[in-house]
Amino acid sequence: MLNPFQHLIKKSYTMKNENLYNYILGIADNSLILGQRMGELCGHGPSLETDIACTNISLDLFGQVRSYFQYATKIAGDGRSEDDIAMLRQEREYKNVLLVEQPNTNFAYTLGRQFLFDIYHLAFLKELQKSTDLTLSAIANKCVKEVSYHARFSSDWIKRLGDGTDESKEKMQEAINDLWAYTDELFHQTDADKAMVAEGIGVDVTKLKDNYYREISQVLEEATLQVPGSKYFQKGGKQGIHTEHLGYILAELQYMQRAYPNMEW
Amino acid sequence: MSTKNWPLWEIFVRSKNGLEHRHCGSLHAADSEMALENARDVYTRRNEGVSIWVVESKHITASNPEHNGELFEPAQDKVYRHPTFYDLPDDVKHM
Amino acid sequence: MSEEQIRSLERQFEERIARDEKIEPKDWMPEKYRQTHIRQMSQHAHSEIVGMLPEGNWITRAPSLRRKVALLAKVQDEAGHGLYLYSATETLGISRDEMYEQLHTGKAKYSSIFNYPTITWADMGAIGWLVDGAAIINQVPLCNTSYGPYARAMIRVCKEESFHQRQGFEIMMKLANGTPEQKDMAQDALNRWWWPSLMMLGPTDDVSVHTEQSMKWKLKRKSNDDLRQQFIDQTVPQADLIGLTIPDPDLKWNEERGSYDFGEIDWDEFWQVVKGHGPMNKERMKARVGAWERGEWVRDAAMAHAEKKQVRKEKQAV
Ligand SMILES: [Fe+2]
Ligand SMILES: [Fe+2]
Ligand SMILES: [Fe+2]
Repeated sequence: MLNPFQHLIKKSYTMKNENLYNYILGIADNSLILGQRMGELCGHGPSLETDIACTNISLDLFGQVRSYFQYATKIAGDGRSEDDIAMLRQEREYKNVLLVEQPNTNFAYTLGRQFLFDIYHLAFLKELQKSTDLTLSAIANKCVKEVSYHARFSSDWIKRLGDGTDESKEKMQEAINDLWAYTDELFHQTDADKAMVAEGIGVDVTKLKDNYYREISQVLEEATLQVPGSKYFQKGGKQGIHTEHLGYILAELQYMQRAYPNMEW
Repeated sequence: MSTKNWPLWEIFVRSKNGLEHRHCGSLHAADSEMALENARDVYTRRNEGVSIWVVESKHITASNPEHNGELFEPAQDKVYRHPTFYDLPDDVKHM
Repeated sequence: MSEEQIRSLERQFEERIARDEKIEPKDWMPEKYRQTHIRQMSQHAHSEIVGMLPEGNWITRAPSLRRKVALLAKVQDEAGHGLYLYSATETLGISRDEMYEQLHTGKAKYSSIFNYPTITWADMGAIGWLVDGAAIINQVPLCNTSYGPYARAMIRVCKEESFHQRQGFEIMMKLANGTPEQKDMAQDALNRWWWPSLMMLGPTDDVSVHTEQSMKWKLKRKSNDDLRQQFIDQTVPQADLIGLTIPDPDLKWNEERGSYDFGEIDWDEFWQVVKGHGPMNKERMKARVGAWERGEWVRDAAMAHAEKKQVRKEKQAV
């Protein structure tokens, strides 16, 4: 599939624009790893209908990844392909937040992870639409529709599971409590972030934080769940310091490219 | 085993504005919101629709085919309801 | 109803089908017609769902992003097909849960091909090319079957199937034109999937039990052997085109018949797999039952939530 934003890509970028390159990877890696996690569930969902819905989310995310990485290949300008960027980096070079790599412990964790990310993702994309980088804003324009749907889907499910049976409430609460520690990192800025914000290209994520917790709390309350009070958070993903889970995700994601190097598929 | 299963819904999709909603199949969902969301993912994955209706199957009352005779056959000989019943000279255009 | 009346109804029923009229859910139908359709349609639905597993096995390991999205979309389609077919079967008065129950307890069958393991990436190519290819040959005639809901579901399915086989063949083609390692991988997959694909079209006509009745009801338009021949005749040139060898030393073009002659199929293997002793039967069922059981609390919660919402709505209305 051709990149629908091909026409917007300026040819003049070189790797001197390393901040932009890293910035794009930071965004794309979240969708990549979350897409991978959602993809694991295909064929194993709690009902056929939900299975199809979760696969759709995964497909949306991988579509986004491809748009971002195709843009990144132009900026890198060193002949690497979207797949090289997606699958041939070292563990420490993946910049996704810790939240998205958390496992599908059960459906409450899957949906909890999705929900905690979607609310952030949507707010982020709405800001990215205003980017002075036309390719990024065009990608954001497309993604914002997809992610609006994801946010609605996951919020609805949080309410169902929170305000469902005693068992589901307990499971949903446990998942939210466990995943809570990974929410704060969403609002950390890397050096690349700061440089891109200064240039009007990037989104100042620190400004999204208050509203994020407000929205999350609203949904949790509607779901009759407790808003976790814990102030202890985990971080590191944006610096490439991940949880133990990422290594296994990469082992699968990279398997073919590593086992059969330099081939086309 | 669960005591209650997700009920069945009938899905109607309008493929583009100007056309009527058409029945395209059914699916299971716990409530109408979920039925709409599922219908979107199941029946419009390939851009097949611009509008969706969902109706819980139990709310549909269907005519009984055993009564097809009395229901539908009386209409068969009402040919005067069709334009071809009327003989007009060929010279009359646009009618 | 007297036996006389039933016979007369049956006669009218068969005449309607012979006239190519469709049978719809509320129409009178012989009990045998209903049961046969429930069996065949649910079996078909189960095959779509179990069929997600061998390919789903490679989603996280697909070698490129392009391949990954294509495979995801393909496996998702199979879920859709299962859903259309379960829904169509439900019009005959059986619930999806009952059908699952039959699958999970081993009472219902599904296509035995999905009891083989997918051990390399090339298996994704072989499945799309051969398994979906054989499935299409089986399914296209069903778009015209006598039971309306089944025919409509099949039209939808066949429309969506068209990209599956191309997706698989493209994978194989790329491998066959790739490095020697890749070509070996492709050939190996063809070697392993060829014979099971031929078996997929069902036992030979002389031992096939349901054929005559199924022909009358348009559940089947061609015999298993004819379908198999059609599959072989269309697939062999495709293999030639990408330089892969069909693993059958007896395969030979027969000028007189205008078809390929082919070697003996190992029907003992077929029956072993059908009876539940293939390489992956137990794993496949474990995966399906596991997903269903792990999902129970989720389905219950959604139902409980819907009921609460309904009660709230009614209270508000008062
Ligand atoms: Fe299918
Ligand atoms: Fe099929
Ligand atoms: Fe298929």
